[in-house]
Amino acid sequence: MLASLVGFLGDFDRAEEAAQEAFAIAAERWPASGVPPNPGAWLVTTARNRAIDRIRRERTLAGKIHLLPAPEPVMDEFDDDTVIKDERLELIFTCCHPALPLDGQVALTLRALGGLETAEIARAFLVCEETMKRRLTRAKAKIKATGIPFAVPGAHLLPDRLDAVLAVIYLIFNEGYSGRIDLAAEAIRLGRVLVTLMPDEPEAHGLLALMMIPHARRRARFSGEDLVLLEDQDRSLWDHAQIAAGRAVLDRAVALGGRGAYVIQAAIASLQAAERIDWPQVAGLYRRLAELTGSLVVELNRAVAVAQAGDPAAALSAVDRLDLDGYLYFHSTRGELLRRLGRDAEARAAYRRALELAISTPERRFLARQLEEI
Amino acid sequence: MQYALMIYGDPSYYDSMPDAEVEATRAEFQAVAADPRCVGTMQLKPPETATCVRVAGGRTLMTDGPFADTKEVLGGVYVIEADNLDEVLELAARIPAARLGGLVEVRPVEQG
Repeated sequence: MLASLVGFLGDFDRAEEAAQEAFAIAAERWPASGVPPNPGAWLVTTARNRAIDRIRRERTLAGKIHLLPAPEPVMDEFDDDTVIKDERLELIFTCCHPALPLDGQVALTLRALGGLETAEIARAFLVCEETMKRRLTRAKAKIKATGIPFAVPGAHLLPDRLDAVLAVIYLIFNEGYSGRIDLAAEAIRLGRVLVTLMPDEPEAHGLLALMMIPHARRRARFSGEDLVLLEDQDRSLWDHAQIAAGRAVLDRAVALGGRGAYVIQAAIASLQAAERIDWPQVAGLYRRLAELTGSLVVELNRAVAVAQAGDPAAALSAVDRLDLDGYLYFHSTRGELLRRLGRDAEARAAYRRALELAISTPERRFLARQLEEI
Repeated sequence: MQYALMIYGDPSYYDSMPDAEVEATRAEFQAVAADPRCVGTMQLKPPETATCVRVAGGRTLMTDGPFADTKEVLGGVYVIEADNLDEVLELAARIPAARLGGLVEVRPVEQG
């Protein structure tokens, strides 16, 4: 509904205001008059009419009434068969426009498309409500002032802009993955919307699969307060139906010719959810991902897969070539590899360094336990 | 809506360029200026020609040139009339400075 109103009015604040008014009118009338046959269309029409009234009043005040052509909005223009134009895709691209600061993109996407309240978004990102309100206000003001269009970008701009949309959704998911599960579910919901709206984009399917498969393992990732490694997870806690659904989404991405970063990561997640993990294949996929992204963290993950495939010495020499000293998992991975190679003193030193870098309590407890066990 | 496209670049880029490439790059700048949406343009002379004016305590202070420690200097401005930001961003990406290590800053023009 909001997407349709923003599309019609070209203004976030007006659209939100109009939607609220329409809901208020519905709350007043529907109990007495009954729910109209097409409540969605009724709300959108009512909101549009209210907004037009308001704009007219403002223009009247400004003494410029004739500037606005007077469309005569009438209720019966929408009958039961009315299909409200789905403008959510336009809204997604507006919210995730790279001209907006990233935190603004994230907040706006959650507010406008996720329908979360400002206070809820603030809680999820551990900032106070005022800060989140300012963030949203600034983003909306920039959209208006700079003329960020309410449109799906043209073909030549689309690949870059789609990347921006996918990045925002994945960022929301990862915020949820580190403990606030409601955000992860919200990101999956957004991913589903995107796939519905862009059914031919392999990377959109890839991202959805990449979120669904790990999310299906969420209940096994913690034992009480403690992190549980993939190999130690209780598989009966996995949501196998969701893993299967995620794999079906991945198959669709591959069938569409998807070979991009999200598709490869989803394929890795799928392999890691298998009964017996094919580590050489996982290592191969990480190699392709590293070629694609040039990321040292991906190289680190490849090394882990090489170790799991049975060659911890090769893995360690690959890890030692990486310049990732400030990265927690670099040290914990080195610690684990050194332990497997029987170099306990060096392993302990690596785990201690990892512990210095760890912030979250479950991570600290996990590392402390590893250190004790050497 | 009108937008100002401010071109920042390092004028010494041209020093290492063969003549033919300098010509080709100029032609690209001119192509943007020739776009029907371009309603105004100005190219500035090099920063060595600049004079900076400041008034402090009623006295006018003049210095030559902008701050010497920045390599990127404002080299020119286009004014573009367009329906929305995306249209302008596309045009901005065609300005050679954007790929020659410089950048193009796009700002809406205050109107009315």
